[in-house]
Amino acid sequence: MTVAIGVLALQGDFREHLLMLESVGAHGVEVRTPQDLDAVEGLIIPGGESTTIGRLATMFGLIEPIRQRCSKGMPVFGTCAGMIFLATSTVGKEQPQLGVLDACVERNAFGRQVDSFEADLDVVGLQEPMHAVFIRAPWIEKIGADVEVLASVTDANGLHHPVLVRQGRILASSFHPELTDDARLHKMFIDLVEGA
Amino acid sequence: MTDATTQHGTDKVKRGLAEMLKGGVIMDVVSVEQAKIAEDAGACAVMSLERVPADIRAHGGVARMADPGKVEAIVNAVSIPVMAKSRIGHFVEARVLESLGVDYIDESEVLSPVDVYHIDKRAFTVPFVCGAKDLGEALRRIGEGAAMIRTKGEPGTGNVIEAVKHMRKVTAQIKWLTTLGPDEIMNAARDLQAPYDLVKEVAASGKLPVVNFAAGGIATPSDAALMMQLGCDGVFVGSGIFKSGDAAERANAIVQATTFHNDAAMIAKVSKNLGEAMVGINIDTLPESELMQHRGS
Repeated sequence: MTVAIGVLALQGDFREHLLMLESVGAHGVEVRTPQDLDAVEGLIIPGGESTTIGRLATMFGLIEPIRQRCSKGMPVFGTCAGMIFLATSTVGKEQPQLGVLDACVERNAFGRQVDSFEADLDVVGLQEPMHAVFIRAPWIEKIGADVEVLASVTDANGLHHPVLVRQGRILASSFHPELTDDARLHKMFIDLVEGA
Repeated sequence: MTDATTQHGTDKVKRGLAEMLKGGVIMDVVSVEQAKIAEDAGACAVMSLERVPADIRAHGGVARMADPGKVEAIVNAVSIPVMAKSRIGHFVEARVLESLGVDYIDESEVLSPVDVYHIDKRAFTVPFVCGAKDLGEALRRIGEGAAMIRTKGEPGTGNVIEAVKHMRKVTAQIKWLTTLGPDEIMNAARDLQAPYDLVKEVAASGKLPVVNFAAGGIATPSDAALMMQLGCDGVFVGSGIFKSGDAAERANAIVQATTFHNDAAMIAKVSKNLGEAMVGINIDTLPESELMQHRGS
């Protein structure tokens, strides 16, 4: 039997993640409540507005249950807003976060929507680069010792900023693989869930 | 990023931001204070304008884009995306808004049109959203480069009937297209007055190539959930929030009803004791000349 992988469906592009899971033969399930969470073996947190997602997750009592599942080893994968929501802090104003990924994230790090872009990105462990879509995307400003950087970008001053990281069973990207046909990160995540 | 493969302002990037707004509520705001209330209530974006549609109706005269000083202050005040309205065909207003760092431009019938032509939206790096009453209108706007569509509804009325009509029309026309054979597509494009390639694409996929939100007359949590159940990807609330009794409470309730749009008990719970909704207008009491939905088609 294939394992059920949850996609947090409070706001954002959760449907694209569900379609991506379906395209590689995995079983995706919408998660809106703590009860929904009990029924899944892994959780994807989609792109969207991190403040909106964080606020709804707080109101519907999802923050603690997700933290507890993570501490028991449930794999999670966050894209863009999902990365922000997983992290411990942001540069600037405080907002609801899970704090399971040991990282400080800069929101809208590349600028506003006119600065959004797509580009090829080299990823550790992947033969061919990924075509990555960055939309009002964050990057990681500071990481903890247990966080492995799988891809980064270079800013105008030549400084590197992580945009794809892994910490144990937590995977987080600044960009949106779910908006492309490239399912390699989703497959990597499914392997984490099946191996958990 | 200065890499050779880097591209800005592509369809993917423009349409992609709309994908991120899905399942969310975009709220009309006329001040920094309102923008902050909207952000705190869980809005996924705010729409900056000089007056909400209900006040534009009451005020009369020519409605233009908001004061750039105000738009800039809102851009700097919130972390969520900021949209702003330009007049239909007014590409200079659109350039001004783009230069202010606005994240999406609504080329909107709520403001007074300045041209029979719409803006050439492909010439811009910033994405555009446009209103539509039917599929032909939606595909004409997408053909011009719109990266997101919304129903027109009848703005500033607090009456959702026109948004419902427009959403049902688009859905019915898409269904009809999917029943057509290849030999029928060209005539369909002629009848819809829409670009052939887009008509062909929709006939094959059974959906619009961009995100479609509800707008125009949404005033209650139930209105928002109704539009979501009719197949919209998210909702715009214009006058409905800041023309009601307790704006923050109502904004918050509409956000929750949009997420839990299939859960009647939840909609009931969030709708309790919200205070007075905005005063509505029955559409058939409005003279034809006061309908905004016929502007730009």
